[in-house]
Amino acid sequence: MSPAQHTLTATGRASHTLLAAGEASEHRTLIITLFAVFVAATLVITVWAGRQTKDAADFYAGGRQFTGFQNGLAVSGDYMSAASFLGIAGAIALFGYDGFLYSIGFLVAWLVALLLVAEPLRNSGRYTMGDVLAYRMRQRPVRTAAGASTIVVSIFYLLAQMAGAGVLVSLLLGITSDGGKIGIVALVGVLMIVYVTIGGMKGTTWVQMVKAVLLIIGALLLTFLVLLKFDFNISDLLGKAADNSGKGSAFLEPGLKYGATGTTKLDFLSLGIALVLGTAGLPHILIRFYTVPTAKAARKSVIWAIGLIGAFYLMTLALGFGAAALIKPDEIIASNKAGNTAAPLLALHLGGVDSDWGAILLATISAVAFATILAVVAGLTLASSSSFAHDIYANVIKKGQAGEKQEIGAARWATVGIGAVSIVLGALARDLNVAGLVALAFAVAASANLPTILYSLFWKRFTTTGALWSIYGGLVTAVGLVLFSPVVSGKPTSMFPDVDFHWFPLENPGLISIPVGFLLGIVGTLLSKETPDEDKYAELEVRSLTGTGAH
Amino acid sequence: MATETPPPAKHPASLPSTEEFTEVQQSAEFGELRRAHRSFAFPLTIAFIAWYLLYVLLSNYAGGFMGTKVAGNINVALVLGLAQFLTTFLIAWWYARHAAAKLDPKAEAIKSRMEGGA
Repeated sequence: MSPAQHTLTATGRASHTLLAAGEASEHRTLIITLFAVFVAATLVITVWAGRQTKDAADFYAGGRQFTGFQNGLAVSGDYMSAASFLGIAGAIALFGYDGFLYSIGFLVAWLVALLLVAEPLRNSGRYTMGDVLAYRMRQRPVRTAAGASTIVVSIFYLLAQMAGAGVLVSLLLGITSDGGKIGIVALVGVLMIVYVTIGGMKGTTWVQMVKAVLLIIGALLLTFLVLLKFDFNISDLLGKAADNSGKGSAFLEPGLKYGATGTTKLDFLSLGIALVLGTAGLPHILIRFYTVPTAKAARKSVIWAIGLIGAFYLMTLALGFGAAALIKPDEIIASNKAGNTAAPLLALHLGGVDSDWGAILLATISAVAFATILAVVAGLTLASSSSFAHDIYANVIKKGQAGEKQEIGAARWATVGIGAVSIVLGALARDLNVAGLVALAFAVAASANLPTILYSLFWKRFTTTGALWSIYGGLVTAVGLVLFSPVVSGKPTSMFPDVDFHWFPLENPGLISIPVGFLLGIVGTLLSKETPDEDKYAELEVRSLTGTGAH
Repeated sequence: MATETPPPAKHPASLPSTEEFTEVQQSAEFGELRRAHRSFAFPLTIAFIAWYLLYVLLSNYAGGFMGTKVAGNINVALVLGLAQFLTTFLIAWWYARHAAAKLDPKAEAIKSRMEGGA
C-alpha cells in the first residue's frame, strides 16, 4: 500500500471536491487532447505489436526478445503507478516526512527480487509464477493455488487502480456525476482489454516503456523547476516547506501521520514489512522477467528498474516538499482532501497560475497521470489472464493437453472476462476504501506467494502439502484479517462505516499474515508424509542457477 | 534472438535427462556455484532487511533522535532515508559485480556442457 492508496481513500469520500478554483475544468480540452494523443499512440503500438504476436511465447512473454534496459523501463512503468506519482507527492505535501517512508519500502523491496527471485524464475519458468511454484510439485493442486492467488492479488490491485483512476480522472477533468465516473472506469477497462487482447505482452511492454519515459520526463521537468525556484538549495526548500505547512520542524520528522498511537505505530511496522516483502511476490512484476532472453538480462532489467524507480522516488521528494513550500496547505486540501492533486497543482503554480504556461504544464502532468493509470492496469490484466489461461485452463482443466492456439484463445477470453469484472467492480468500488484493496494485494503477495517461491527454489525438503498450506494459509489469513480490520468496518473511513464487525486493530495484516505464510509452509512440509521429489528438485535447482534448458 | 526456439513440447527437446541433472547437482562444480550464490545472497538479504527494519523502528520509536538537525534544515531522518536509497543502489551494483565475476562463468560452463552433451 502506498500513501496514494491511503489518500485515495479520502479521495473517494471527498469525491465532490474539485481542483481549486476549477482550474482543471478550464483546461479540460487541453488535458483531453493530450490524453487522446497518448491513447492513439498506444493503440498504434498495440496493433503493430498484435501483428507480430504469433505464438504463445509472443503473447505471454513478448517473444522474450526485449533487452535488459527495455524491460527495466517496462518494469518501472509497471511499478510506478499513479499511486506513486500523485499519491506519494501528495502525502509528502500534506504529511511531510511520513510520505517519504513509503518510497523507501517500495525501493528496498527490489533487492529481494534482485538477489533471490528474478534470475531463478527466469531460468526455470516459462510464462507464469505458477510455472515455478508447481515445478517440482503435483501440478494440478499447486497450479490451482498459484492461479487463485495470482488472480486475487491482481484483481485487488486492479480494483484499487480502477477505483483510484476513476476518482482521480474525475478530479482532474472536473467530472463529478456518478454517470461520468462510471463512464471513465468503463473507458479505462475497455482500453486495457484492447491493449492486452490485441497486443499481448509485446504491446503491453511497449506501452509500459512509453509511459515510463513520459513519467520520468514529467517528474524531471517539475523537479528541475522546483529546485530552480530555490536556487538548488535543498535546505531552503525544506525550511520553506516546514514553515508553509504550518507544522514547523515536525513536518520534516517522522510521525505526523503514523506516530499518533501505539496501534498506528504497529500498523506502520506491519505496512513496512508488507511493502518490503510484497514486491517480489507480485505476479504482474514477476512475469516481466520472462520477456528477456536470459537470466543475465533479467538481472540487468532489475538493476535498471532499481535505478529508475529510485531516481523517480527521489524526485517525488522534491515534488512533495516543493508543493508544500509553494502552495498553501488549504489550497491542496480544498482541491483534494488527501493531497492527490498536489503534483498537478504544483505544475500549475510553477508555470504560473492564470498563465498559459501554467495551463500547459498542468495539462501535461495530468495526461502523464492518465498514461500511468492505463499502463499499470494493462499489466495487471495481462498477469491475471495469463495465469488463468496457462495455469488453470491449460494445466488444470485441460490437464496439459491444450494446444497453443486454444491456450492463447483462453487468455484473450479471460482478459475480456477480467476486464468486464473489473469494470463492474471498479464502478461499484469507486467510492470505496481503495487502501484496503492494495494493502491486501501487497500483503497477500508477501504472505502467499513469496514464501512458496523461496521454499520452492531453495528448500530441498519442501513438498506439495507445504506449498498448498503456505499459499492458501497466507491468502486466507491476509484476506481474513483485512475483512475484520478497520479497513472494512467500524470507522468513518471504512468501506462499510455504518456497521462494525472489526476485531483486528491494524489496517495492514502483514505483521501477522506474512509470518503465518512462512510458518505454514514449514509446518505443512514437516507434517506431510509425502517424500519430496528429489529428481525434480535436482532439475529445478540446476536449471534455476545455470539456465540449462531455459525457455 | 538469443533464445533457443522453444519447441511446443512441455520441455525443450534438448533438456538433459534426470540422471544428468542429479549428477550435475551433486557435482563439486555445481556445489561451488550454489555456495557462491547462497553465501552472497542470503547474508546480504538478512542484512538489508535488518537495516531497513532498524530504520522503520527508529522512525516509529526514536522521533527525537530522527529529528536532530545535521545541517540547515536537513535532519537525521532525511539522511537515514537517503542512506537507504544509497545502500540499495550500492547493493544492486555489488551484486551485479559479484554475479558477473563469480556466478556467470560457472553457470555458463555447466550450461554449455549440459546442453552440448544432450
